[in-house]
Amino acid sequence: MKDIQFRKILVFVNSLVPLALLGWDAYRQRLGANPLEFITRTTGTLTLLFLLISLAVTPLRKLTGLQWLIRFRRMLGLYAFFYGFLHLATYVWFDKSFQMRDITADVWQRPFIALGMLSFFLMIPLAVTSTDRMIKRLGGKRWARLHKLVYVSAIGGVLHYYMLVKADTRKPLVFALLLALLLGYRLYTTYSGRLKARPLSISKQTPPG
Amino acid sequence: MLIKKPDDIKSSEITDERLYMNRRLFMRGAALAASTAATGYLYQKLLAPEPQRLTPAGKAEPGTQAAPKSWGLPGEEATTYADITNYNNFYEFDTNKTSVARRAANFVTRPWTVAVEGLVNKPKVFDLEELLRFPQEDRIYRLRCVEGWSMVIPWLGFPLSRLLAEVEPLGKAQFVAFETLYDPKRMPNQKSDVLDWPYVEGLRLDEAMHPLTILASGLYGEPMPPQNGAPLRLVVPWKYGFKSIKSIVKIRLVERLPPTTWNKAAPDEYGFFSNVNPQVNHPRWSQATERRIGEFGRRPTLLFNGYAEQVGQMYAGMDLKYYF
Repeated sequence: MKDIQFRKILVFVNSLVPLALLGWDAYRQRLGANPLEFITRTTGTLTLLFLLISLAVTPLRKLTGLQWLIRFRRMLGLYAFFYGFLHLATYVWFDKSFQMRDITADVWQRPFIALGMLSFFLMIPLAVTSTDRMIKRLGGKRWARLHKLVYVSAIGGVLHYYMLVKADTRKPLVFALLLALLLGYRLYTTYSGRLKARPLSISKQTPPG
Repeated sequence: MLIKKPDDIKSSEITDERLYMNRRLFMRGAALAASTAATGYLYQKLLAPEPQRLTPAGKAEPGTQAAPKSWGLPGEEATTYADITNYNNFYEFDTNKTSVARRAANFVTRPWTVAVEGLVNKPKVFDLEELLRFPQEDRIYRLRCVEGWSMVIPWLGFPLSRLLAEVEPLGKAQFVAFETLYDPKRMPNQKSDVLDWPYVEGLRLDEAMHPLTILASGLYGEPMPPQNGAPLRLVVPWKYGFKSIKSIVKIRLVERLPPTTWNKAAPDEYGFFSNVNPQVNHPRWSQATERRIGEFGRRPTLLFNGYAEQVGQMYAGMDLKYYF
């Protein structure tokens, strides 16, 4: 089915919808009393959301047998990187006005900021090696091993969220729970004999359905 | 069973290729429209900002006619009524600052009483109307939240010392303890356990008697909106906002330092004094600067929130890093 191209467009456009609405609300000055805090919080939430969605691709693919889901994973991961970049940019630009001294002081003194930055920086090598050419150059095995870094980045990101809230930890805990499920599934499939992980298909062949 | 041979199908029954393409295009357009609408809906439900709720129906923003540009704080303008009443930390209703206005909208504050008791000569349960008969003054104060943002708010209220004089504190009294209403039916988020309810706060007696310390009954000349602590709240402008306890039902004069809610929740982060101090950082973030709501950049935070001249000597010789 040629439709995979169209489905990719669907995912691409839908992933941009939150940004478009955020921009639209900003343009109409409807972001509330503290627009910068709102933008920071929302881009941060979107980063974690896209990390979770991209981590959900493999379990979903295995559980449903819909092999073509894998075709969206790269794009979803890159969207996590993209929203993470916007999140960091809001902080560096609007919150700190590029004052490197303030930023370094923040990173040294505040573990939650250091952890957030680390989690973002861990995504950089993944974004850089996301092209077909880089996959070939690294070789599938090494590439896959490198991309396990996304687990560290996601755990770091959720912890970063948990550490910054004042008292109401319910939302970060929901993210933590979902992440635990997604990572738990991987541990389960890796270590249980019954459910053997099927090899990743990065082939160009279009699967049935 | 009749199986038609190919030439049995009339050419008129074959879908025209252009029509077929059009239909496919249409289906794709529909899929795109439906899915983005669904995503947009999810965004609105889960992430989008709540629309600001404005003044009681039909009323203009109070500040627009009444408020002069500067409120006696040079170079500082009053925060808009809309921002003051739509960005609130009031965990009894919601932990999301932009949701409190909606969740508190139907909060009933009549009848209301405030019990003033403890180490006093004349303990008394005041009816709210009695307290509103004290002369109400306009007080324009900065409010600095511990989270790193600030506002300038034109309060309406009376000095707390005025009320304390009525009950005549005993010589033994050293602290004043305050308590918010506890009624999960009226304050829905008290059903959750994000904080230890009811909310309690405290001041040293000299802080409570200080002329800057007021009990506020309104803002911008209007009765106090529910989300800002109706019907009566404390305002201590040189301390972080959470010290200024809202919707007070009890004031008790005591001998020992009373427990305070945020201190109980995180003792290493929120001290009893919680004076605004740019030199003493919150363990997780800097207190050196603040974002004034309505402004783009950040302002330097001032010692005692800019009221050092008035209140500084109450803390003379104290290690403010230790007594944070």
